[in-house]
Amino acid sequence: MNREEFLKGFQEQFEDTDESLITFQTKYKDLEEWSSMMALIIIAFIDENYSKSLSGDDFKNSTTIEELYQILIKNK
Amino acid sequence: MALFEVENVKIKGIAACLPSRVINTNDLELFSSKEAQLFIQNTGILKRHVSDGNVCASDLCFQAAENIIADLGWAKGDIDILIFVSQTSDYILPATSNLLQNRLGLTQDCFCLDISLGCSGYIYGLSLVSSLLQNNRFKKGLLLVGDTISTYTSKYDKSVYPLFGDAGTATAVEFDQLSDFKWLFDIGTDGSGSEAIKIKTGGARYRTNKNSFELESINLDDISIGKRSSVDLKLDGIDVFNFAIKKAPTSILNILKCASVSIEIVDYFFLHQANLFMNETIRKKIKVHKEKVPNSIQNFGNTNGASIPLTIVQAFNDLKATKDLRVIMCGFGVGLSWGSVFMDLEQSLITNMSTYHD
Repeated sequence: MNREEFLKGFQEQFEDTDESLITFQTKYKDLEEWSSMMALIIIAFIDENYSKSLSGDDFKNSTTIEELYQILIKNK
Repeated sequence: MALFEVENVKIKGIAACLPSRVINTNDLELFSSKEAQLFIQNTGILKRHVSDGNVCASDLCFQAAENIIADLGWAKGDIDILIFVSQTSDYILPATSNLLQNRLGLTQDCFCLDISLGCSGYIYGLSLVSSLLQNNRFKKGLLLVGDTISTYTSKYDKSVYPLFGDAGTATAVEFDQLSDFKWLFDIGTDGSGSEAIKIKTGGARYRTNKNSFELESINLDDISIGKRSSVDLKLDGIDVFNFAIKKAPTSILNILKCASVSIEIVDYFFLHQANLFMNETIRKKIKVHKEKVPNSIQNFGNTNGASIPLTIVQAFNDLKATKDLRVIMCGFGVGLSWGSVFMDLEQSLITNMSTYHD
């Protein structure tokens, strides 16, 4: 999966957060718009575009978007 | 996957009964106005009918059953199956179906059984009642599916309390030799996911004791989402979501493949009502138009096993069917357990929606 496309897709899931605030270094759970529902929206985005899954533990074990991306490319 | 067919059966009527108390999401003290707005946007839930604590699932199912028996003009002596699907039974024992046999005035020859399933329970219940009926040894069956699951939720828990509503339903199923539509079921279970939706204490494994009701703080991503005790329902939204968006589309597509029909010939899809965003994700995965997937979660919340028949009753009240309908129903959740059925609903299906009265 393409890194830049992934980041762009990730940014697009947020309605009220400026995309400049969402980079690979962003601690996504610190974003004001982040919520448990946002986690589901991200899961659906990943499922639709990459046919991959993110578990609750994947969110627990990642802080930045880079870390989430690294988990994702290892996931089946 | 377990796929099987049942023939010579018809649903003649479906009734739903709701507690009179209504709670609007916007009125919840648990939420800030912004939280309420986000919750509504994502789950779709505007309001729920919630038991005041005195009304049980059996009461709601009893009224729904009386209504549909009267509407169909059925003689109670002809009803020889009563299946009660619920996870909020009146007592640990005896079985609630036994109490309902007496309360409804059904004969002592009636086959009565309780099934402990939630969101998938309507499909399992239909598979059992139709399998019993198809050999013509039984004539008429009542499938009662209902829960007052709100009574098992902590009103201080943001992740659970605002989601669940209460409802009871009654589905009247009959042997019908002339029916030429074979019902096709797909049924599955994954008990490895049992922790995702659970009430830990109160059964035989963990009996209630004086500490069972102590409220404990619960956190998600280090953010407090409220308090609950060990007798309250807990729900892991991410695990359930991952499960549902995989199993529900797979099960539906399995059935269509097995029936060798294209998805276009299905008139309606009735999905368990868990969360509007989840159901929209499922709908997009099976690639069907919005109008073919009626939702009722806006008005009732997640009513566990009752959500599919409740959605059908609401849909039949809204639309005036001009022909017999080919439908797929799909339930998925606690267990983890899931099931789908491809079947017909007659244009003449009788539906009844009521509010509970003592």
